[in-house]
Amino acid sequence: MSTVVNQGGPAGVPGHPGASITARNRRPGERAIRLGLFLAAAVSMATTIGIVVALLVPALEFFAEVSVIDFLTGTRWAPQFSPATFGVVPLITATLWTTAIALLVAVPLGLGAAIYLSEYAHRRVRKVLKPILEVLAGIPTVVFGFFALTFVQATILRDLFSFQTGAFSVLAAGLVMGIMIIPTIASLSEDAMSAVPMSMRQGSAALGANRMQTSLRVVFPAALSGIIAAIVLGISRAIGETMIVAIAAGNQARIVEGPLEAGQTMTGFIANAALGDARVGSLEYNTLFAVGLLLFALTLVINFISIRLVRRFREAY
Amino acid sequence: MTSETSTGQDTTHTGNGRAQTGVHIDPSAVKTGRPDRSLSDVPDPVIECKGVDIFYGSFRAVSDVTMLFGRNEITALIGPSGCGKSTLLRSLNRMNDLIEGARVAGVIAYHGQDMYADDVDPIEVRRKIGMVFQKPNPFPKSIYDNVAYGPRVTGMKVDSMDDLVEEVLTRAALWDEVKDKLGQSAYGLSGGQQQRLCIARTIATRPEVILMDEPCSALDPIATAKIEDLMHELRDDYTIVVVTHNMQQAARVADRTAFFTARPDEQTGDRTGMLVEFDRTTVLFTKPADKRTEDYISGRFG
Amino acid sequence: MATTADAARAAITGRARGGERSTRSLVFLLLLWLSLLIAFGVLVTLIVTIAQDGAGRLDSGLLTGYSASVPEEAGARAAILGSAWVIGTTAVLTIPLGVAAAIHLEEFADKKHWFNRLLELNIQNLAAVPAIIYGMLALGFLALLGVQNKNVVIGGALALSLLILPVVIIATREALRAVPDEIRQGSLALGATKWQTVWRQTLPSAVPGIATGTILALSRALGEAAPLLLLGGLVYVTFDPNGLLSGFTTLPIQIFNWTGRPQAGFHELAAAASVVLLVLLLAMNALAIFIRNRYQHRW
Ligand SMILES: Nc1ncnc2c1ncn2[C@@H]1O[C@H](COP(=O)(O)OP(=O)(O)OP(=O)(O)O)[C@@H](O)[C@H]1O
Ligand SMILES: [Mg+2]
Repeated sequence: MSTVVNQGGPAGVPGHPGASITARNRRPGERAIRLGLFLAAAVSMATTIGIVVALLVPALEFFAEVSVIDFLTGTRWAPQFSPATFGVVPLITATLWTTAIALLVAVPLGLGAAIYLSEYAHRRVRKVLKPILEVLAGIPTVVFGFFALTFVQATILRDLFSFQTGAFSVLAAGLVMGIMIIPTIASLSEDAMSAVPMSMRQGSAALGANRMQTSLRVVFPAALSGIIAAIVLGISRAIGETMIVAIAAGNQARIVEGPLEAGQTMTGFIANAALGDARVGSLEYNTLFAVGLLLFALTLVINFISIRLVRRFREAY
Repeated sequence: MTSETSTGQDTTHTGNGRAQTGVHIDPSAVKTGRPDRSLSDVPDPVIECKGVDIFYGSFRAVSDVTMLFGRNEITALIGPSGCGKSTLLRSLNRMNDLIEGARVAGVIAYHGQDMYADDVDPIEVRRKIGMVFQKPNPFPKSIYDNVAYGPRVTGMKVDSMDDLVEEVLTRAALWDEVKDKLGQSAYGLSGGQQQRLCIARTIATRPEVILMDEPCSALDPIATAKIEDLMHELRDDYTIVVVTHNMQQAARVADRTAFFTARPDEQTGDRTGMLVEFDRTTVLFTKPADKRTEDYISGRFG
Repeated sequence: MATTADAARAAITGRARGGERSTRSLVFLLLLWLSLLIAFGVLVTLIVTIAQDGAGRLDSGLLTGYSASVPEEAGARAAILGSAWVIGTTAVLTIPLGVAAAIHLEEFADKKHWFNRLLELNIQNLAAVPAIIYGMLALGFLALLGVQNKNVVIGGALALSLLILPVVIIATREALRAVPDEIRQGSLALGATKWQTVWRQTLPSAVPGIATGTILALSRALGEAAPLLLLGGLVYVTFDPNGLLSGFTTLPIQIFNWTGRPQAGFHELAAAASVVLLVLLLAMNALAIFIRNRYQHRW
């Protein structure tokens, strides 16, 4: 009476199942699909490995001919001359200039926009403003580059301000790059600030703080690691940005000493060298990858810092 | 009174080598309010629990449950919040497999087959033991497709899907209300209709058991009454297990009722759920054997 | 969550008005406005100047002409068709791959397993790798295969696919995550398998979100030039690209090329082509927003 094994289902219900619940098969179709999905996910892993290999192999050939020390500390970049010299410092100075100028623009403006959106704007206002920022983020970088060259450099810096500058400058490239990065910094910082619990704002308001004080002294510090992550990601984008600098910063590799000078960044060099027809395996071709490897390594470190900061922030709230 | 009746060896199911064996549970080992009474009158138990512990990670949510679910009976699980009713219910059709870290020890048997044995396919289990949730959760599809979904995915051989849909919706007392809008989204139905649709959807796959987790808690009294009527109707063909917070409901619909409570563990301080008393509903509500049951049903607790 | 935040914000403003009027806070607010104003001002200036610069060449010749050595005869026909080929191929490569990867990570993967955690970290990082690096990857890959002619549609599509793959994966995961668990549970409780549940319930419910995210990712690919630069300076294309192994140029590359020419006529062309590119991107964005607003489930 206590145990009923394999009795049929209730009478009167057609097609009622028997009681067997053991697996008839191991669902091979389902397993094949799962494997396929896993392999698709693993493609991203293969991509990273592919990048490392694609960069490393030619770069190692390059470093067989040029010492790493000379590469990293040399102050003359003249791969096409004979004797060729491969000091990457000039490229780095140009990258530093454009990146620094871009940050000077993007950090204050991006954070200002973020504070406004997160702490002041009405929901409806925010719904209008954020898509406009997205449009700004969606402008292709060649178009930004064209704008930097023909408008910012030619019309504004040269004609309007009569600065002593040529056709290109790191200033024009940096300024426009800064505008380009604003949406990145604004939207990530806004996310971070919006995630700060409302109770913290209310606590501050209860002590009589006004909104500026609450924003700057309560919300901003609470969201700091998220905000720093946004800025760090902005730095990574500035270092890796290619088209704007390739168009507007110039393509002479020399140490840049002022914002009105032209200069070639690391990415600018890669873009320019790619236009030439370097034979696979030649030193010229390998040079491209040596610079690419340096660029990848730099952004990799920066990205990991940013990812860690975001994680820390997520854990906090 | 908690463990003296348990004879089950502690078996933890982590998928390591458990062969299928016929499981026999001695009805006299089933906890009732009166140690002298056995529950040998539970007719044809469809599901049997013996010494069941359920864990979330290292937290023991339910401890040492031994009870039977009789065929064509409605069994109600009642008890204060957090005593593990939903946890136990989910483990009766292996829906708790979906919760990370959830683990069952002891034996839960379906027609004498250990439900957690290695060669058991949880999907087959769920095809025989359906589930209705607290919040109506129709699919974002048409009413028709909601009902037809189960038979389609389980590959049931159906002569006419239209007939099946009609039959099942009629069974769920919903046909008259929806027969003119079968193609419309199920989201357009009222909460009570949605819940009846979910019941219809569940019986469309011809399960033997239907588990219901507070099926009326999101509904108004009229919709609740309809579901209760429906449960009475379905009892002829199905075995039903229902979790409820509403003691009147348990008294109205259930043949048998199990009362659970949560008690802090002496060592860990975790609040672990345990079965206090399991008996015929009329007995449990009129002559509870345990003081805690009496306190609960008379509203002095929980 | 936004609503409670707004309510609380409103409550804060309502009562603390007095403190909000001090000169400092007004200056602060002014600066905040200024940040947005500068950003939007530059956006407007950019669009206006480019439209002005390009106005003279927004003619049918722009759409029908091929590359030419004199600006008057040149057009962006090959570039527009090339972009269509490359982006179409990119979509075909990326969408199934990205969606499948996202399904694995969101629906099947044991999130505690070290490999899956590594995958997540890896995808986050890939999303921030400079675009030009993907061009180097494609270049290295083609060199490995011994392909002589690196300027092929499939090469460009490969670079762009890998570039936007992380974006598609992240967007798809978000869309899947937005599907309530009750739907999955309901399906599984009926005896559906996990894959049946994904294929018949979760994925269809997530399609609007996936479509929106994917279109935005493709629009990013459409505007991207850097990785394609590495696949050949073939910007002098005088034929319609006609297959995966066809040579190609794209709108952004063509714009880059024209911008680099000394003649003012080419600058005019570059501006006109930029207008075309912006219009295309705007259309894609509008489509994405339309899908989001029209079809997105509100659970
Ligand atoms: N997914 C989960 N992970 C970890 N712990 C859980 C989970 N679900 C439930 N618990 C815990 O298990 C215990 C029992 O929960 P359960 O939901 O089964 O109670 P219940 O009796 O159904 O309560 P209620 O009447 O409120 O629905 C509780 O302490 C709860 O916190
Ligand atoms: Mg519950």
